[in-house]
Amino acid sequence: MTSNKSKELLLEMKNIHIDGFSDERWHKILKGVDLKLYRGEILGLIGESGAGKSTMGKAAMGYTQPGCKIIKGEILFNGHDLANLSENEKRKIWGTKISYVAQSAAASFNPAHRLMDQTISAANRLKINPTDVLKKDAVQLYESLQLPDAENIGDRYPHQVSGGQLQRIMTAMAMSPRPELIIFDEPTTALDVTTQVEVLSAMRSIVDKFNTAAIYITHDLAVVAQMADRIKVLRYGEEVEEAETREMLSNPKEEYTKSLWSVRSLIKPEETNQDYILSIKNIDAAYGSSKVLHNVSIDIPKGKTVAIVGESGSGKSTTARVITGLLPQLKGEIIFDGKKLSPKLEQRSKEELRKIQIIFQMPDTAMNPRQTVDEIIGRPIEFYQGIKGKEREAKVIELLKMIELDETFLDRLPSELSGGQKQRICIARALAANPDLIICDEVTSALDQIVQEGILKLLQKLQKELGVTYIFITHDIATVKAISDEIVVMYQGEVVEQGLKSKILNPPYPDYTELLLSSVPEMDPDWLTNLLNKRSS
Amino acid sequence: MPGDFATEILGQSATKSSVKALRAELGLDKPPVTRYLDWLGNVFQGDFGSSFSGRSKVQGDQGDRSREVVGLIVPRLKNTLFLTGVAAMLAIPLSLILGISSALYRNSYYDRSATGVSLVTVSSPEFFTAYIFILLLATLFPVFPTISNVDENTTLVERFYRTALPVFTLTLITMGHMMRMTRSAIINILSSEYIEMAKLSGASRYEVIVKHALPNAWAPISQVIAINLAYMLIGSVVVEYVFNYQGIGRLMVGSVYNRDLPVVQACALIFASTYVILNLIADLIGIISNPRLLYPK
Repeated sequence: MTSNKSKELLLEMKNIHIDGFSDERWHKILKGVDLKLYRGEILGLIGESGAGKSTMGKAAMGYTQPGCKIIKGEILFNGHDLANLSENEKRKIWGTKISYVAQSAAASFNPAHRLMDQTISAANRLKINPTDVLKKDAVQLYESLQLPDAENIGDRYPHQVSGGQLQRIMTAMAMSPRPELIIFDEPTTALDVTTQVEVLSAMRSIVDKFNTAAIYITHDLAVVAQMADRIKVLRYGEEVEEAETREMLSNPKEEYTKSLWSVRSLIKPEETNQDYILSIKNIDAAYGSSKVLHNVSIDIPKGKTVAIVGESGSGKSTTARVITGLLPQLKGEIIFDGKKLSPKLEQRSKEELRKIQIIFQMPDTAMNPRQTVDEIIGRPIEFYQGIKGKEREAKVIELLKMIELDETFLDRLPSELSGGQKQRICIARALAANPDLIICDEVTSALDQIVQEGILKLLQKLQKELGVTYIFITHDIATVKAISDEIVVMYQGEVVEQGLKSKILNPPYPDYTELLLSSVPEMDPDWLTNLLNKRSS
Repeated sequence: MPGDFATEILGQSATKSSVKALRAELGLDKPPVTRYLDWLGNVFQGDFGSSFSGRSKVQGDQGDRSREVVGLIVPRLKNTLFLTGVAAMLAIPLSLILGISSALYRNSYYDRSATGVSLVTVSSPEFFTAYIFILLLATLFPVFPTISNVDENTTLVERFYRTALPVFTLTLITMGHMMRMTRSAIINILSSEYIEMAKLSGASRYEVIVKHALPNAWAPISQVIAINLAYMLIGSVVVEYVFNYQGIGRLMVGSVYNRDLPVVQACALIFASTYVILNLIADLIGIISNPRLLYPK
């Protein structure tokens, strides 16, 4: 990658200030960030949500989202200041000289048009090549991105191909007019790790092939390490530091940069016992006529943490739904605390319901936006334990202290909390029932690295104090390493492997576990290259 | 509704026996369920029955002179379809253009005045709008006639001229709804990610609207057009009455007044089936315009 670098400046952004309008007032999103990009170079832009990295990426095109405006600064692209060009002049650059690859390919393709028409639409606007030449070129791009059935995949509509394929088609779309710069805005965040590897390698090889400059935006340092020559870290709309990739990884200067991979440094010594609080045996389950779980058996040791890992569609969340009774199983049984649980939710006793609680991935949608924190946490206390009035109030405050918040939060609405605080409230709500088992369904997936670390530490602390058992559903291996005692690997509705963390994470692996583990990006800029070499040999 | 055709036609001074005799003759003495099932069975065979009114068996008269419901309705229906057709051809393109353009320039003065005016027109009852038109365009500035009298011999140009005011009224009362719904459908789509993507790939404003937003908006737009077409047909009841237009709406009101049930039933059937058919067409358009429903995974 480094060899491609020239010293010819392609893009220079100077002292960019951007304001955004929300909650009835203007906020500063970017506070004077500079950026330089040379021809053929890939710059990684990294930071947590709200750091302004997406805004910066779009500003590189001279575009701001509705409700945002560029206050000051210059965006020099090939010598033109994009900040001062008219819409019409910018349109001549967009899509053809600078193209954009969005995070959610599924939402970013127009559902009403065929993929081929969308792939070549920008290049078509240039009127240099006739349509059939462009189509042929697009098929070649599809081929070099290793899309299946490259000849015909363009005839399909967006809903007819998978997310990983769509993301590669969007890369082909960006590449079709042979732009000088591509902005990749979190292009693999929505994908499974196994798919992410394929998409990353396809994107990297095609950018290399045409020597296109790129800005790669992500919150995942390990991913950006595979793509970028240089990395710039943003926080609260300001630059934290910038360095060559290897330099950054081996020797980060700022504390903040180090904290970006803090979850990866959390380690928990594993423990287990033979006293199972929950055993599910030979479970089959289906949504309508499509069967999603096949003969699943899992044992959960009391007071420990079992992580269930697998890509989307592997049946992790369905297993949780079966355990909670939300989805009655077709076959098999669930033994909880030595007693058989009824498959149907309505037939379980209040006491059985109390003992199993669940925490969801999206705290935003899991809480009633009209209820205050006091009502949210107080309700299970009243419902399960019949405690009311002053005693209930004291109990709520006790729970708030447990999750490291205090009584000032009592009257707040969910909209007045940050993402991490919301998830803490959800944890308190689960604890309010005084449960024996908590199912955590991707509870940290929607959170930033540092916040993730806080939540995971909290969960560990609570386990130590209360002896509660966790089933931790996740697709993130770093989280698994940080929190679990035992691991269950699932694939296409079946259990591939179950055992102690040390056993699962060390060779020898079954094929699927190997694929899953090897797909997790590592903090090594050569990781992807090595992996691809290894897989092709 | 108190009374039936017999009490209505024979007046207050009618003797009980004459009322009873007329009821027996018209079949009004049978229980309602039997009458309904009889009617339904006949309708399936294409027989809508005969009107109660206009039947007079005077001495020396041979046979029944009462008119078939179908013969009564068809010319009126043609008139109504002409009226609503012209109004639709005016209202639909106008409201689409206004809706799309105000979505495009949303929150501008143009958008605000367009949505403001449409809110006024959609909130005013049709008879009120009709009288305003009469006041302005027939009384103060006598451009168009107040009464829309047409028959088979009226020429097409003359028809346009005479129906101008009812057409304007129908256009105005339905346009507001269609325009606002089109506007919000387009705005809804304009905030989706693929529109931002289209902008970032260099699509012009026109291209974004026509190529990227509109194809995804056909389903809601056709839905609201269907509702308004049906509303025009049914709303014409009042408008036809105000302008004394010989349409099916006026016929229905008259028949209700006379308790002429066969005619009322046939009219109600026509209105109901129009509603169903128009909505069915809108649903079909929604399916055809959506590849996700047309092509399986």
